[in-house]
Parts: sequence; structure tokens; C-alpha cells
Amino acid sequence: MRLSPDDIIFWQVGFFKLNATLLFTWGLMAFLTIGSILVTRNLSHHEQRSRWQNLLEIIVTGIAKQIAEVGLPQPRVYLGFLGTLFLFIATANLFTIFPYYEPPTGSLSTTVALSLCVFIAIPLFGIADQGVRDYLKTYLEPTALMLPFNIIGEVSRTLALAVRLFGNMMSGAMIIAILLTITPFVFPLVMSMLGLLTGMVQAYIFTILATVYIAAAVRTHHEDIVD
Amino acid sequence: MLIDWFTVVAQIANFLILVWLLKRFLYQPILQAIDAREKRIATQIAEAQQTATAAAQQQAEFQRKNAEFDQQRAALFAEANATAQAERQTLLTTARTEADALREKFQQSLQNEQRVLQQAILQRTQQQIFDLTRKTLTDLADTSLEQQMIKVFIRRLGELSDDERAQLQIGSPSVRSAFALTSAQQTDITAALQNLAVGANLFARPSFITDPNCISGIELNVDGHKLAWSVASYLNDLEQSVAGELK
Repeated sequence: MRLSPDDIIFWQVGFFKLNATLLFTWGLMAFLTIGSILVTRNLSHHEQRSRWQNLLEIIVTGIAKQIAEVGLPQPRVYLGFLGTLFLFIATANLFTIFPYYEPPTGSLSTTVALSLCVFIAIPLFGIADQGVRDYLKTYLEPTALMLPFNIIGEVSRTLALAVRLFGNMMSGAMIIAILLTITPFVFPLVMSMLGLLTGMVQAYIFTILATVYIAAAVRTHHEDIVD
Repeated sequence: MLIDWFTVVAQIANFLILVWLLKRFLYQPILQAIDAREKRIATQIAEAQQTATAAAQQQAEFQRKNAEFDQQRAALFAEANATAQAERQTLLTTARTEADALREKFQQSLQNEQRVLQQAILQRTQQQIFDLTRKTLTDLADTSLEQQMIKVFIRRLGELSDDERAQLQIGSPSVRSAFALTSAQQTDITAALQNLAVGANLFARPSFITDPNCISGIELNVDGHKLAWSVASYLNDLEQSVAGELK
């Protein structure tokens, strides 16, 4: 039984291969980029603007607002990374409504890749905000004894992030595939709608968790300043 | 194996490329557009506030000017009113004065007319009485009448008070009569005058003058003091009585 779109391989030369995950990812990238270009090439700076521009403004300002609500004081700094996380995962999950589409997020490789990005981004943002020394000092808090647990915590939450997204998306795709073989027609449709909802929620959860982790890395410093 | 490490690396690269692409083509343009719009709106609000402030200032200015104008208008009204009142008073006074003058003039003219009428009536009455008297006297004229006249005159001389006598005593007397007195009559009159004398002083001998205008009478003049008996004296009484009736 096929668990991941990684298993659909179109082309392979040694270590290099072109599988469904990469292909659909490129497709999503092309869709997001071309869509953005099409809308933003004719941006209006006045009150009168196109409905597509309105949609993008709502999405961008909505994400920025969410980031600010979680506790990051300058959402625009993190908008590129966190916004792209959300848009990529949400689009990947949304496209499950199309037949023959395999969500790249249903591949553990993709979710691991995204989790690794978050895993690396957290110390980078933390260091950018408070400097190397101050950031590394946070691993020794409240005492130096906590260092191993802090590191384990970092790693485990990254792993949890990856597995959570993968598990949800993969299970959704699995359930639909299994149901299609047992009860065709109506029931898989309901499950597909449920999967769509789950996908959106997962995109939100993944992004919010990443935001919370980054905020935790950044906020410690700010709380010190406030104190 | 669920994790394909080549795919992981490729997906990390893909994700980073997507981050750059979306930053370049989505976030930056959209945020710039929003910023520009917000800036423009802020500018417009600031301008609107400036305009509102200016409008408020202008309104205050206008209100001040209006109040000033109202005050000036009220002052001008009051002044005009006062002037009009004064003018009215002056005109009324003038009119009253003129009316009074006219009334007085009218009354004067009325009185004049009355006087003229009285005069005319008097003259006519006198004239008629004179005519009548003249006719009667002419008819009755004889020695006894003259004699009677002189008798009356002498009797009246005797009725004078001491003061009147003293006044008549100073100066030169003259006796005027409508007809020529005989020497006997002149002597009687002279004697009567001497009888009037008070104390040692005597009357100078009177001069006798005949004057036809002294109608049917005789009069004694001593330096302006006059004692007379004539028809004219009765006519004077009549004149007084007629004048009283006219009033």
C-alpha cells in the first residue's frame, strides 16, 4: 500500500529523483507565484481596487494580525517565513479537492523539511533578535541542569510538528482511498470535505505553533527588557 | 522508509525559494500598497483636520465679525432713533410754535376786526347821535340853553374836591366853548373860578376860546387838566357801554 506521494517516482538517476511530491510542490509554487504576480502587477494604491487585490490584502493582513496576536511585536519581519508556511500548507491541502492530486504535505519528507526549516528558523530569529550569547543562555534557564531537556524539547517538538502534519494529511488521504474501495459515491465526498477542513486546521496549527516557538525564542529577551 | 532524504533537501530548497518568491511578488507589493494607501489616508485626514481647524477659525472670525456688526448696527439704530426723536421733537416744537403764532395772529386779526367793527359802530353811533344832537341843539339853541349849560358847568366846578382845585389853581386856565360867551357869562365863570381858589393864591384870568368842534359844551383846561361838560362826555359813556355789549 502506498503511504506517501514520494513513492510515485517519475524519473530517477542515482540519488536524484523526480517524484509526485516534488512535482506537485512545483505546481503549487507556480500557482502561488503566478497568482501573486498576476494580481500584484496592477496594484491600486487608491480606495478603488480589484477583488483579487482585496483577497490578497485580507490574507496578508490576516496572517500578519495572527502573528501579532501570538506575541511577535514586528509581524512583518516574520511574515515572509510564517506566511509562506501557511499559504503553502493551506494550498497543498486545499487542492485535495482536485482528482488525482496528491498533497505534498501527505509526504513525511515534506513535513520533515518544513519542520527542519522551523527548527533552524527558531534559533536564527532568536539570535537575530537578541544576539548569539543571550540566545544560547536561554537554554541554560532556569538552571544549567535544564540544558539537555531544553535541547530534547527543541528536537521533539520539531519532530511532533512534522509527524502531526504528516499523520493528519496522510490519514485523510488514506481514509478517502479506503472508503472509495468500500463505499463509493456519497460517503467519500463527506470525508473529503472533512479532510478539507482538517487540512485548513492543520495549516493553521502548523503556522501558529511555528509562530509560538519563534515568539518564545524572541519574547524571552523582550520580557527581560521589560523587567 | 517514509522519509526520502533527497526529497527532504529538495523540499527545503523549494520552500526557501517559495519564501523568496512570495516575499518578492506577494508580501512586499501588497504591504507597500497598503502602506501607501494608509499614508495617503493619514495625509488626507491631516489635511481634513487642518481644513476643519481653519474652518473653525474662520467660523469664529465670522461670528466675532457678526457680533461686531450687530453691535454697530444696534448703535447706529440707537443713534438714528435718537436723532429721529430729536428731529421729531424739533419739528413738533416748530409746528407748535408756528401753530401758536398763527393762532395768535388769527386772534389778533379777529381782535382787530372786532376793534374796527366797534370803531365803525361807535363812529356811526356817534355820528348819528351828533347829527341828532346837533339837530336838537340847533333847534333848541337859544340863550337859555347856553345859560343853563354854563350853570351846570359852574355847579360842577363847585363839586370839585380840594385836591382837584389845588391842581387847577396852578397854571393858566383856558375856557373853550362851542359858542362865543357873553361878557356877563365870562364874568360869572371867572367869579366861579375865583371861588374855587384855596388859600391866598388866585386863579389867573382865564382866556376864552370859541371852538365849534367842542360840540355843544364847555370845557376848562389848566395845563393839561381838563374839566368839561359836553355832549362828547356823554358820548364817551355811551361808547363804554357799546364796547361792553360787543365783548
